[in-house]
Amino acid sequence: MIHTPSVDWFALSPELVLMTAAALAMLIAVLVPRWAEKPLAAVVCALGFAGALIAAGVLFAHSADGHGVVADAIQRDRLAALAQMIVAGAGLLSVGICYAGRGSWRHSGEFFALLASAGAGMIFLVSASNLLTLFLGLEWFSISLYILAAFDVDVVGSLEAGLKYLIVGSFGSAVLLFGSALVYGTTGHLDFAGIASAGQTSDPLFIAGLAMIIAGLGFKSSAAPFHMWTPDVYEGSPTGVTAFMSAATKTAALVLTLRVLTTAFPERHQLWTVAIAVLACASLAVGNLAALVQRRVKRMLAYSSVSHAGFMLIAIAAGNALGGRALLYYLIAYSAMSVGAFAVVAARERELGKEVTLDNLAGFGWERPFLGVAMWVFMLGFAGLPLTGGFVGKFYAFSAAYDRGWIWLVIVGVVATAVSLYYYFAVIRAMYMRPAAELQLAPSGGSPPPERLLQASVAVALAVTVGSFFAVQPLIDLARDAVSSLTF
Amino acid sequence: MTTALILLPVGGALLLWLLPLPRFWVGSIAFLLSLVEVGLWIDTVARFDFSRGLQFEAHQSWFSDLHVSYHVGFYGFSLWLAGLTTVVMACAIGYAFWTGRERPRAYFGLMLLLTGAVIGVFVAQDLLLFYAFWEGMLIPLYILIGVWGGPGRMAATVKFVIYTMAGSLLMLASIIVFGLQQGTFDLISSGTSSSLWIFLGFAAAFAVKAPLFPLHGWLPDAYRESSPEVAGVLSGVVSKAAAYGFLAIAIRKFPGPTADMRTTILVLAAIGLVYGSFLAFRAPDIRGVIAYSSLAQMGLITLGLFAGNQLGFDGAILQMINHGLISAALFLLAGSVMRRTTTDDFAFLGGMARGRPILATVLMTTGIIALAVPGSTAFAGEFLILAGVFQQGWLWGVIGGGAIVLAAMYMLRMISAVLHRKRGGLVTDDALDLRPAELGVIVPLVACLLALSVWPAAISGHSFPRATVSAGWTSYGPPSTTTGSGIFPIQTQPRSTIEGVMTP
Repeated sequence: MIHTPSVDWFALSPELVLMTAAALAMLIAVLVPRWAEKPLAAVVCALGFAGALIAAGVLFAHSADGHGVVADAIQRDRLAALAQMIVAGAGLLSVGICYAGRGSWRHSGEFFALLASAGAGMIFLVSASNLLTLFLGLEWFSISLYILAAFDVDVVGSLEAGLKYLIVGSFGSAVLLFGSALVYGTTGHLDFAGIASAGQTSDPLFIAGLAMIIAGLGFKSSAAPFHMWTPDVYEGSPTGVTAFMSAATKTAALVLTLRVLTTAFPERHQLWTVAIAVLACASLAVGNLAALVQRRVKRMLAYSSVSHAGFMLIAIAAGNALGGRALLYYLIAYSAMSVGAFAVVAARERELGKEVTLDNLAGFGWERPFLGVAMWVFMLGFAGLPLTGGFVGKFYAFSAAYDRGWIWLVIVGVVATAVSLYYYFAVIRAMYMRPAAELQLAPSGGSPPPERLLQASVAVALAVTVGSFFAVQPLIDLARDAVSSLTF
Repeated sequence: MTTALILLPVGGALLLWLLPLPRFWVGSIAFLLSLVEVGLWIDTVARFDFSRGLQFEAHQSWFSDLHVSYHVGFYGFSLWLAGLTTVVMACAIGYAFWTGRERPRAYFGLMLLLTGAVIGVFVAQDLLLFYAFWEGMLIPLYILIGVWGGPGRMAATVKFVIYTMAGSLLMLASIIVFGLQQGTFDLISSGTSSSLWIFLGFAAAFAVKAPLFPLHGWLPDAYRESSPEVAGVLSGVVSKAAAYGFLAIAIRKFPGPTADMRTTILVLAAIGLVYGSFLAFRAPDIRGVIAYSSLAQMGLITLGLFAGNQLGFDGAILQMINHGLISAALFLLAGSVMRRTTTDDFAFLGGMARGRPILATVLMTTGIIALAVPGSTAFAGEFLILAGVFQQGWLWGVIGGGAIVLAAMYMLRMISAVLHRKRGGLVTDDALDLRPAELGVIVPLVACLLALSVWPAAISGHSFPRATVSAGWTSYGPPSTTTGSGIFPIQTQPRSTIEGVMTP
């Protein structure tokens, strides 16, 4: 008789809801007539994300004391629940962006099924509490995203993006797996707590394993120098998918980085904080400098997401409770801004029928006042200016670094912010200050009608971006509850 | 009350953006709101007790784990600066309404937003809140210059943003370090710090925004490329936020570093004063003269602030108000001249006084006050500053005194180049005298200056609490009892003797 662990189905409910949605969407692809496929699949997918959001919220409320479930393979705690809420929220908004995407999609059912499945993978990943579930979650969402990145087969860059993501991502996964094997080999433990208890070893292989795990997760959070895939994949993927990737993947990868490092390697605190700080500096330098010269907006935003990985790694590098709070707060604001910014890009892209550059954004702010103002706010948020959560997020991240005693890291972050202003303001300049006459107008047929769903997504993202500036206290309380399950 | 002064313009801005009103209504609502704002401010003054420190406070926790709060309130001097803001903004909005601007909803919304942000800077009593308002000023200014500016506006905005943000971000780093060291970001409950680096971070932001001598690279472009009323606001009000920052944060929270850096800053201010005056004398156009004279005047104000005694502070506050009013009035006048002649280049101007008596009178009056003719309020301000800085060494007094002569040179040159001399190539008979609407926005500024000329002590005597003991202002508190010891020398001369000279 095989011994089966007792399963806490409630702890798994967000994943289950999303997987159900994915399965239903697949069925819809087969059973439902072509004309009804897209709306039905989208509704099912959106309901899945909404259900996961609610389930994660309930889970948050009922998981005040973090503990392992399902034979300690996953951790049921508030850190996971909050990250799940962010992922599910980003997914929900992405559905709104994707819905009115290219009309030529013949596989909407599969598309939304994959989206839901990727979300489920991330939601599973953030609760991982041993190396196997970590790897399982990572591959789960990665494989879904590989396909999604290549989904737009009509577009030249899309297949390239998918392939590049597949190769580089698999390499990252392999590094992570190798590192896991080394750690398991030297400690004899797979679960994070076990690794921590055996963590006194000074075996160089153990250190190498830790380094490889950090590198593998760095691939997913697109921290430099593991960011090579980011610009091409972000640019080539369907924009809705890019929006989802930029927000949710980063959330999952960074939250898991925080969890692994603090729960499995507390003895190596001195080591990994320095390593993460170095990664943060590299990301800030590479992301910001490369973004300066981009003309294509999606590519620029991709490099900007590398630089934001750097800012959030500052919070992790601080290695204290303040840093944990900073990370989660930053993720909430950043996810909203990122999804929103890509949504606006998607809208412009559909309007023009070609990729968005700084040149063909000219006059956009005046033609589409709402989207223009929203993009304006997102850019200010990325740049860390007040009236957006980006400001408070950066403030917290820098405060955490200072709290750690690393004032040099604060200086690096401040300098990086100063550099970033140039390219964020370039977008505002393009939207508002260039006459639209320079613009080569879209092919005949006129602009597509405004997309209510996309606008609703932008409106929600805008509300979160601005609201997080005013409602810092409740969000920080959430973040505090979330990181209280970690010991620093 | 304080909060209302911030929320009224900001709410008005949102209202204008959300409601699809026709052009006329947008302008008139904005103008009306700015007048209501002035009214609110007058009401605040009427109920303000000048013998006490911080008043009209509002305190609300923002995020508690780092002890950041929404904390606002008025000191005497911040009340005057807020008054300057409301008056100048009302005039600027009125001027823009009269001249008409493209895309009025966006334009007037941004002007109102700017009003709220500047008021916020003057009342914030929490460092992070101060920073939020400080950056809040930049955003509308950036768009106002970049969209409604002149042909070179793109380059001007890039320069403006990079200069100011570089300074601001250094300030952010300083704020974080200062706040976490003190355990609170509140300006009232935090103590003083002796860290030179933190001080320099703050000083960098203020020196760029003011601007002080080596950091003024953005100034000529930004002032020339903005529309006249925005240039007036920029030089009249926004630069004062920097001087305010020096006073309310740098000097107040860092007595040690202030003393250490005093000579350096005085030297830079003096260089800016003299160099700016010479540049103004050489400038080929009206806006160039005003722009560089702003550089010079900010140098003079900084001299007063870093004189380190009560005379200097009083003079600096008075001169801030004076220069704000003068600069705004001159930029609006420059705008009026440009509307009539399409240029503000002296080569094409001249002889405008003939047949345009009102323009001549108003420009002459403003110019005469600006060159600090004895009896004018600018004279009172400069005298106080010089008397204050004289105590740091006679040399500063000499430089400052010389600069007053230079001010007379460039102001008179500008007046004669516009009004007198031969009639310029672009001055035609069709160029009308000032219209009533223009008078309506410029005359109030000049009237304020004349009123202050009659009673400069209204400001110089009501900026700092008079009580011998006032909590929170010990670092440069009222000097009735001398504290010769300590790093911060306080001037001991009885105030009444000075005021006896100044007050008619």
